[in-house]
Amino acid sequence: MLELKNLVFEVPVKEGSKETKRIIDDLTLAIPDDTFTVITGPNGGGKSTLAKLIMGIESPTSGQILLDGEDITEYSITERAKAGIGYGFQQPARFKGMKVKKLLEIAAGEKLPMLSCNQYLSKVGLCSADWLTREVDKNLSGGEVKRIEIATMLARDPKLAIYDEPEAGIDLWSFDRLTETFRSIHDAGNGRSIIIISHQERIIRLADNIVLLENGKISTTGTPEEIMPKLGLVRKMATGCTLTEPTRLHITEIPTTC
Amino acid sequence: MAVDLSPIDESLLATIANIHGMPKGAFNIRRDGQLVERHNSAYVEISTKTDNPGIDIKVKPGTKGESVFIPVIVTQSGLKDVVYNTFYIGDDCDIDIIAGCGIHNDSHAASEHDGIHSFHIGNNCRIKYIEKHYGEGEGTGERILNPTTNVFMGENSFCEMEMVQLKGVSSTVRDTNAKIGAGSKLVLTERLLTHDDQTAESNVVIELEGEDSSVQVVSRSVAQDNSVQIFNPLVIGKAACRGHVQCDAIIMGNARVKSIPGIEADSPDAILMHEAAIGKIAGEQITKLMTLGLTEEEAEQEILDDFLS
Repeated sequence: MLELKNLVFEVPVKEGSKETKRIIDDLTLAIPDDTFTVITGPNGGGKSTLAKLIMGIESPTSGQILLDGEDITEYSITERAKAGIGYGFQQPARFKGMKVKKLLEIAAGEKLPMLSCNQYLSKVGLCSADWLTREVDKNLSGGEVKRIEIATMLARDPKLAIYDEPEAGIDLWSFDRLTETFRSIHDAGNGRSIIIISHQERIIRLADNIVLLENGKISTTGTPEEIMPKLGLVRKMATGCTLTEPTRLHITEIPTTC
Repeated sequence: MAVDLSPIDESLLATIANIHGMPKGAFNIRRDGQLVERHNSAYVEISTKTDNPGIDIKVKPGTKGESVFIPVIVTQSGLKDVVYNTFYIGDDCDIDIIAGCGIHNDSHAASEHDGIHSFHIGNNCRIKYIEKHYGEGEGTGERILNPTTNVFMGENSFCEMEMVQLKGVSSTVRDTNAKIGAGSKLVLTERLLTHDDQTAESNVVIELEGEDSSVQVVSRSVAQDNSVQIFNPLVIGKAACRGHVQCDAIIMGNARVKSIPGIEADSPDAILMHEAAIGKIAGEQITKLMTLGLTEEEAEQEILDDFLS
């Protein structure tokens, strides 16, 4: 179980400024084992920061983080990773010269047979065996590197997996597969917990518990049935803006003497 | 085969040429300016030059699947070894060549090896050349390696050259020159790691002479501590050809790297490109690997190993 107790994270308003702004505001939350939690809410509400605080990428100004009763607030990223926390980045890093297979092996912490690597990759829609020898560098598209990121999380199989907007940059076809993958991790019921930061209705629907984060505070929590109507997702399609007439350009009106 | 190789010799040979004991096939092992052992095969004939120190290696046309080893080791301090190795590779060959130089210097005097390698490659060949340079030893004596590589490619041949300087080389000036014939392709990969106060300079001039010839120059380097690296790769297109130069460097500590990739089109049909990048290891790369359980130091080493792989 992950417990966040009175977590506060403040940053200076400007660089060098003494005045601070609160990104996470006295947040207390418990994530029991074997649960699927989605953290959602408006942009700038502190979702990604909260995920980074759990992984140790950012350090809280005050408050406590406990994993299975152990205080991990002062743990480094590496120590938290070894304690069983995994993190899927929204914009994953690229590595020149690193093969996909190598990255999966680092994630798994052991040499992997080709078959296992291919299974992880096929779960994220990368079905060609050629993927294993490709490099995780700038030649990959944003969607490809994102799918590899999720495959590394599958290979790592952490006790607590945090995904920061896993759907961002993923095409619709792979998204279907992705939701299936999350569902199967959850249905396996082997004590693994997943926290996903997402705006996606279909991911939110998979959750056992939804946390709505606004202005660094939890504004509400509950099951999808309880929370979904409050999110206003159903209204999204009905409203929207109306298109304006395109501006007409008359070539003759553009001065050519300058 | 009674050959007197010390554990240091054997370890150097294993590092630079991945050979343990005497290799199979044709080989020539040189230590401290002297021949240690030579072996010819049915298709590869190695003979001592009569004009300069060094060897001529003649590979018969149609030779396939052979490996030729010509490693050099220097364990004597204060020695300057200059050697000329010239390959004459007939048409339709498919061979691997493993060269390299390892210096072990425990003393204060400099050890230097200047290898001048020339490759005359016939038509329709596939050649893979691997050259590793490495220095070790506790002494303050400099370990200097100044290789010159000249490549003359015939028509419709493919040559892949991998030149690696692992570590421990105090100073190096590398000169690589190639003239590439019609339909031939050269892939030149250079990987370099310098540390402490080492200096490395690499000058590459590739002339694409024939129609449809092509070259890919890939340089990846890591400069650590106070080391200095300079790269001057130049590709000259003299026909309808394609050339691509890519220089990537990771810079650490107080190191300095200067990268000047050049392209020159002497023909309107030449298509040439270059790119160069120098930068530190990105913090997000370290963070990512730490989330997979590596320590910061392990993450940094992993990134460097992959970059130079």
